[in-house]
Amino acid sequence: MITIIATVLASTLRAATPLLLVALGGTFSERSGVVNIALEGIMLVGAWFAVYGSFLTGSPLIGLLMAAMAGALIASLHAVASVKFHADQTVSGTAINLLASGFTEFFMVKVWGGQSPSVKAFGSFLGLNWFIYIAFALTIVSWYVLFYTPWGLRLRAVGEHPRAAETVGVSVSKMRYWGVLLSGLLAGIGGASLSIGLVSGFSSGMTAGRGFIGIAAMIFGKWNPLGAMAACLLFGLANALGTVLQIQGINVPYEFLVMAPYVVTMLALAGVVGRSTAPAASGVPYDKSH
Amino acid sequence: MDKNRLKSLLRELTVPVLAILAGFLVGTIFIIAAGKSPAQAYGYFFLYVFGDFAKFGETLVSTTPLILTGLSIALAFRCGLFNIGVEGQYLISQAASAWAGFFFTMPAWLPPVVQGFVHPLLAMVVGMVAAGLYAGIVGILKAYRGVHEVINSIMLNWAGLYFTHWLLMTQMKEKGSSATPRIQETADLVQGLIPGSRLHVGIFIALFVAFLVWVFLWKTPAGYEIRAVGFAPGAAEYAGINVKKNIIMAMVLSGALTGLAASIQTLGLARKFYEPGGFAGFGFDGIAVALVGRNHPVGVVLAAFLFGALDRGGQGMQAGADVPKTVMWVVQGVVIFFVAAEGLWKFLKNRRSKKEAKTA
Repeated sequence: MITIIATVLASTLRAATPLLLVALGGTFSERSGVVNIALEGIMLVGAWFAVYGSFLTGSPLIGLLMAAMAGALIASLHAVASVKFHADQTVSGTAINLLASGFTEFFMVKVWGGQSPSVKAFGSFLGLNWFIYIAFALTIVSWYVLFYTPWGLRLRAVGEHPRAAETVGVSVSKMRYWGVLLSGLLAGIGGASLSIGLVSGFSSGMTAGRGFIGIAAMIFGKWNPLGAMAACLLFGLANALGTVLQIQGINVPYEFLVMAPYVVTMLALAGVVGRSTAPAASGVPYDKSH
Repeated sequence: MDKNRLKSLLRELTVPVLAILAGFLVGTIFIIAAGKSPAQAYGYFFLYVFGDFAKFGETLVSTTPLILTGLSIALAFRCGLFNIGVEGQYLISQAASAWAGFFFTMPAWLPPVVQGFVHPLLAMVVGMVAAGLYAGIVGILKAYRGVHEVINSIMLNWAGLYFTHWLLMTQMKEKGSSATPRIQETADLVQGLIPGSRLHVGIFIALFVAFLVWVFLWKTPAGYEIRAVGFAPGAAEYAGINVKKNIIMAMVLSGALTGLAASIQTLGLARKFYEPGGFAGFGFDGIAVALVGRNHPVGVVLAAFLFGALDRGGQGMQAGADVPKTVMWVVQGVVIFFVAAEGLWKFLKNRRSKKEAKTA
């Protein structure tokens, strides 16, 4: 029994880690007022670059850095489109998701001629992968930065009431660039936590909707890093239970456990389970001249 | 057409055309990066799209579902709603239409011609109702709880993926396979419009529905209300239009159009519902189709043909010139991105006119 509990806990943490990193990213972006559904694609690109970096240098740490930088780079496309050119943020995000799948598939074939080889990945500490520690440490840092520093206050201000923030001298576009770039950086690391953490290689479309579950966790966690953490643990638990129950031969439809995060998020948004309200200016382009 | 209308039409076309050019430019860079000759690659591209009647027929096969998912997204856009949930609605309708295709048996006393008309119609209605209701959930939550449609649509995409997987695996599949039984032959949409291709009557249904959507949106009071809500919800409300009702209605209709796309694909091509293993992709392509087509039925039909051609041409490039067809996904992404970043074109235009003003 104890081993089962330990297995469930460990696999909960494992499943929660990539989601948590993406959810933190989404929190920075949306708190600044930019909806970023490109996180799924950014995560995929991060996963690819993490493997590529480790493949080139043999060092997973370099892979991690490349994943973070690639994530920020792709996010900068979304930032320029939505902050400077006032693009519809959902459309721009969709375009980036398409680009990301095309890009990773293309280079997977080009560089490795198909599936990637097995590369050196991050190891474990006390039986848990290093990424788990990274993700939870970043949660605390994000929470502190967002709610207890002047920078965090400015970021939240441009997401709630950009005009008021601009009036007191905060640059709306600068803060939004920061928000989106950080979201890309974190989602890139989230991708790395899959490809050189959970497993050690890249396979096509390997994020499989985790970016979107991360966004769901952000919403369910009320745009707060600690809330997102709780949501990711809950979603991770649903996933872990599914696997364990199947192994134990207990017949619970696996699909319903995997569906749970999505349904729970809808209920939360509808006010059935708590009430989630997005930052007021989230998704609305800001035009100074109006 | 008078001069002003022509001018505004040209203005409407500028951004999509520039975006398409940008897409192909990036695509060409990728072809060169793959170490292939762009001339050869595009040669195969056009060979597969227009090469002969059979190939052109296949291009139209790829175009058919895109017309309908494009219309679906365009109709929602006209009401100010972004239906990004087409992928999930598509799966729901696939399951429902396949079920109606094999579950119902036409009474034997009906003449075969009537059977072959009634059964597909029935299956299409079942698929449209299922997908319409599924999309309606998003509309109701938006209208009555104020929840943004994009988030709920995305959630329902994934919930739909797992739900239809469960339906198929536990309730619908034939023993020993991972697909439903084949639909009854009475439910088939007739193929063989062009010998050597799988072109089926779905293309005519899609074109006819495009016409109907145009009539609905621009010639009926109900369509006018939907557009009014999309244009200015506050003003529409003030004018006595029931905004909530229209939001729900637009989502349901949008879902029904997607449902029709899935029905037609099921009855005309696959003729069963099999393990999807992911999204069909017509929903995401449909977003591109609607945007490039400027949310107008005529534009949607043309854009659907363009993206159908990208699909077929991409296969041609892969088969003939060994260029991965994923290059076409990149092209699509770039096209959507540049259509979305409309501000970019305004920005460039302003800069050019400023420069001209300076030099003058």
